Amino acid sequence: MSKKMQITLTVNGTRHELLAEPRELLIHVLRERLNITGPHIGCETSHCGACTVIMGDRSVKSCTVFAAQADGASITTIEGLGTPDALHPLQEAFREHHGLQCGFCTPGMITRAAQLLKENPDPTEEEVRFGMAGNLCRCTGYQNIVKSVLAAAATINAAKEAAE
Amino acid sequence: MIPAAFEYHRPGDLPAALALLQEHGDDARVIAGGHSLIPMMKLRMAEVPHLIDLQAIDALRGITIDGHRITLGAMVTQAEIIAHAGLTTHAPILREAALQIADPQVRAMGTVGGNVANGDPGNDMPGLMQCLNATFHVTGPAGSRDIPAREFYESAYLTAREDDEILTAVSFDAPTGGQAYEKQKRKIGDYATAAAAVILTRLGDRCTAASIAMTNLSDTPIWAEAAGEALVGTACGEDAVIAAITAMQAAIDPSEDNRGPAEFKRHAAGIILARAIARAWSRA
Ligand code: FES
Ligand code: FES
Repeated sequence: MSKKMQITLTVNGTRHELLAEPRELLIHVLRERLNITGPHIGCETSHCGACTVIMGDRSVKSCTVFAAQADGASITTIEGLGTPDALHPLQEAFREHHGLQCGFCTPGMITRAAQLLKENPDPTEEEVRFGMAGNLCRCTGYQNIVKSVLAAAATINAAKEAAE
Repeated sequence: MIPAAFEYHRPGDLPAALALLQEHGDDARVIAGGHSLIPMMKLRMAEVPHLIDLQAIDALRGITIDGHRITLGAMVTQAEIIAHAGLTTHAPILREAALQIADPQVRAMGTVGGNVANGDPGNDMPGLMQCLNATFHVTGPAGSRDIPAREFYESAYLTAREDDEILTAVSFDAPTGGQAYEKQKRKIGDYATAAAAVILTRLGDRCTAASIAMTNLSDTPIWAEAAGEALVGTACGEDAVIAAITAMQAAIDPSEDNRGPAEFKRHAAGIILARAIARAWSRA
């Protein structure tokens, strides 16, 4: 056991101060210490993207970030994107377009897609595929995931236009 | 997968980081994006009692284009390279290569400094930096020194950087001429089966200068000087390309692994180099 250190994480807008060992991975701290179980563990080896969260303004695989590295960071998980009563447009689109089957990859998919649409609000199909290449799905064959992301982009852009 | 316990340090400037390296010697490693080191620590193939995180050191950040000279701070990420308009204009090969590294999440964390300093033969930036004839800037207790990228790599994970030195930046002249980075990989996120970086200068229908470097085909990147020479003075036609491939194949030394037997990799290297030359020439 190494010494625990004090870590501050702002997750979905809520500030948490906690003690953790430096070697703890961000995904473990989120799931086990903060009970934020949206981000999943698929592979734990930086391959599948199920653990994707937004840290600051970048998508990261939280199984490949030490909690200590994240000290001071702002983090968004799937829990911060929408609620059962007010789904995020991406969640709505995944439901509408059958963008999930077992749902295991979905939190990572949606969290990654949310950041992708911030970086590129009006992506082509190819840009969605390239931008989502770090997230694996064993069920859907990706077609409907891509469709869902494109549909959500259209919804978000239409809402933006209506607001202007 | 939990690594062995370690103590975490986040120094605020370079002198503090160097002091920590001095203090802990072999027990310390610096971490940039961590996407090479953390997997090794999780597998317990790397034991790092003192981990020195470079993220708070502003001097290691930033992309500067000063006339013809381009400098990338060690902590510049692949994603920053891809998004940088100036680099896309002045050194498009960098963006082309960075887009072929790993996946979006890994590119958001992975840095140019980590990619070149780690000495992993699978990394793409070392070969690219040799193609560009880049200079690596390192700082240690005795001060700073410059090491040419072409003299940096000794064998897998062994480089000219001393253990108490930190790689702070890479710099190179903005390349002129046509550029291409071609990479064959089995799937997104994989290392190259073979990759080639090619820069060609063209005057009329003649090639006047050529630089060629290959990735993951030896235990170091290979700057294939003779392969470049085979193109100079030619119109990069079929015979010249075959001569360049033959020279390149004499310089590499691939070994068998799960990407295939050595002979297959030699073959793949030839195809990739031919594609890279054709593409660079069409852009020259
Ligand atoms: S659990 Fe992190 S990438 Fe698979
Ligand atoms: S829906 Fe099952 S893994 Fe993607």
